[in-house]
Parts: sequence; C-alpha cells; structure tokens
Amino acid sequence: MDLLAAEFFNWAVIARVWPMLWSGLIQTGLLCLMLIPIGVLGGILTMMLATSRYRLVRWPTLMAIDFFRSFPPLVLIIFVYAGIPFLGVQVPAMGAVAVAFFLNASSYYGEIYRAGMKSVPKGQAEAARSTGMTAWQTFAFVTFPQAVRNVLPDLLSNTIELVKLTTLASVVSVPELLHSADLARSLTYNSSPLIVAAGIYLVVLWPLVRLISRLEHRLR
Amino acid sequence: MESWERFVFTFFNAEVAARYWPQVLEGLWVTIFAGVAVVITGITLGMLLAAARTLGWKALNVPILIFVDVFRALPPLAIILVLFFGLPNVGIVLPSLVVLWIALGAVLAAFSEEVFWAGITSVPPGQWMAARSTGMTFGQTLFMVVMPQAVRLAIPPLTNRTISITKNLALGSAIGVSEILGQANSALSMSSNATPLTMGAFLYVVVFAPLIMASRLLERRYSWGNH
Repeated sequence: MDLLAAEFFNWAVIARVWPMLWSGLIQTGLLCLMLIPIGVLGGILTMMLATSRYRLVRWPTLMAIDFFRSFPPLVLIIFVYAGIPFLGVQVPAMGAVAVAFFLNASSYYGEIYRAGMKSVPKGQAEAARSTGMTAWQTFAFVTFPQAVRNVLPDLLSNTIELVKLTTLASVVSVPELLHSADLARSLTYNSSPLIVAAGIYLVVLWPLVRLISRLEHRLR
Repeated sequence: MESWERFVFTFFNAEVAARYWPQVLEGLWVTIFAGVAVVITGITLGMLLAAARTLGWKALNVPILIFVDVFRALPPLAIILVLFFGLPNVGIVLPSLVVLWIALGAVLAAFSEEVFWAGITSVPPGQWMAARSTGMTFGQTLFMVVMPQAVRLAIPPLTNRTISITKNLALGSAIGVSEILGQANSALSMSSNATPLTMGAFLYVVVFAPLIMASRLLERRYSWGNH
C-alpha cells in the first residue's frame, strides 16, 4: 500500500512538477481551441461537398472521407510531421497536428452532419424554398439547424473523442498535458505525474461522457 | 531535382520500398493479431458486463458504471502510458504488446457495454415477461431472447466504435510495439526516406477502408424499416 502511494500518489513529486503539468494543461486547452473549430467548420465544408448535386464533386469527397477515416490519426500526424521534411520543407509540430486533424476530424464531423441532413424531411427544404428563401437561406436557417439538433449527441461525442486525440500531439513533442506528464515522469522516476494527468482528463471529460449517455437515452 | 521528381523520390521510392517492404509487412501481422485479440476480448467483456447489469445488483452496477465511464473518458494514450510506465514501478512488468491489448481491450469493453446496454434497455419489457412466463430461466431469457435483439440494434454503432478503437493500435508505436506504424517509423529513420511511411499508410487503408465501407452498408441496412 505504501509502495502504491509512493509510486502513484506521491504528493512531494506532484507539488514539484505541478508547474509543468499546469503549462501542459494550458497547451492542451489551446490545442482544443484550435482543433475543435477546425474540425467543426471543416466538417461543414466536407458535408457540403459530400451532398453536392454534382457527382463529380460528391464521389471524390466521399472517397476522401473514407480514406481519411481509414487512417489512424497518429499515422496522419507522423506522415505530415516526419514525411514532409524530406521534401525540404520544415513542418512545425503544431502545423502537422493541425493539418492531420483537419483531414481526420472534418471527415468524421462531415459524416455526422451528412447523417443529420439526411434526417431532415425533404418537405422542409421545399417549403422554405417556396416561401421565396434562397438555397443558402434555406440551408442556413431551416435545414442545417434541424440537422445539427438531430445529431447533437454524435457531435458532442465526436468532440470528446477529439479532445482525447489531442494527446497524440505528445508523440510529435507538442508540450501538451500528457507530454508534460510523461516528461515529468522521466525526470522524477515516479508515475504520479501520469496519474495526475489522467485524473485531469477524467475530471474534465467525465461529466461530458455522462451528459452524452443521458442525451442518447432521452432521444431514443 | 524537379519538385515532382523529388516528391516521388521521397514518398514513392521503389528502391526503398523493395528493401523495407518485408519489415513493414511484418508490422501488418502484429497489427492484425493484436486487433483480433482486442476486438474479441473487448466485445466479449462488454457484452458480459451489460448482461451482468441486467441483474440489477447495486454492488455490481456501481463498479461496472465506474469502469465504463472511466475508460470512455480517458484518452487511450494516457491509459497506455500509465500501464506501461506505471506498473513496472510496483513490480508488474508487462510486455508492450500486452499493455496495448489490455488498454484497448478495456476501452472497447467500456464502449461496447454502453452500446449493448442501450440495446438491452430498448427491448420491450413484454419480451422478458413473455419469455419468463413460458418457463424460461432468467439466464435463458437474457441470452436467447433479449440479447439477440439487443445485438441487432447494437451492430451499427458497435462497428463504428470497434473500427475507431482498433485504429488506436497505432498508439502501440509510442511504447515500442512493432506494429505497422512502429516498423514504418524505424524503417523511416534507417532509410532517411518517407516511403516506408507511405507503405504503412497504404497497409492501414488496405485493412480499414473495407471495414469502413462495410460499416456504411451495415448502417444503411439496419436503418431501413427497423426504426
């Protein structure tokens, strides 16, 4: 028991590395602020292309969506981060993460929006158009808001997944929470920093996980 | 060098590809082996936990709920690092492949418990009553009447989850599991060329793209007329 406490809940160690963990947490927050809008907006763009009237636009987009959903996000990140520099172009770690997440997350969000748009009855768009609204107005004020409402639990759960995926940035040395915790572990030879980091993720994400469970059960 | 030539030389270098193909292919078998292990243990454990929850014992439900919530909330990479670096400090040394298997198996178990449980609760109570009144035991009712219906409902969301969790096998490269990405990465640093990464990415697409397309079909099939 004492061994467990000393290895996993060592307050002296935690107090010493706390500033590191704190700056990691800030970085993780910034990553989320950057990556969630990238995914949410990129998803809308992807969905628009994937539901286009023109086959020449629609099919390549659907293929790209499946293609980027087949890649583990970490492979995308490493591909951009470690592959591109061989072309002679330096890629900052943050940039590699942003590009990889744009490709991956907008495919996932795009699929969710697409399912949402499908769930809106055709009559809604027809009625809106017949009142004289333009196609854009119909989309922005009538069909899209309903689509979002219908897939809200999926959007939320995808956002949680995205927050969890920010830990992958640690692999390319972005100093986010998990990276700082792992660094602190190797400096102190003690696992407590990792436990604290896991605890922080848990405290932030657990309420959201609960919320999704409730939303899903209510909508069903 | 022309930029196009340089691009081909960097990402589609036939010479490098020929030399490192066997190594990257070796990673494919590790990925497939670990993937099958994670899927089987994760889904089985998830189903058993969901089944245990139907008993309605509080002493059982509370730990199950905590397990499910914790493993749904924690980032898989954090779980992997805690197990891989934390356990040896208390005298438990596990090979990296086993750590990967336990971590992802637990994550998949948590998510699939949730999906199975949602399926079970959406089976009308009349099904339980009817089955019990024909003289079936609780266990028979659960596994022969309710679970088959729950599984049907669970298939589309479960397929998606399973695919996205199995893709996390690539995280194994962070703790030295020699799966596709791990092999590609070491070939990359040996050859100073990005072609092994292209091969690795290609293998992931070969493995996962058919699964993703199949899940699209499944989703469409199960959404017709059943809701």
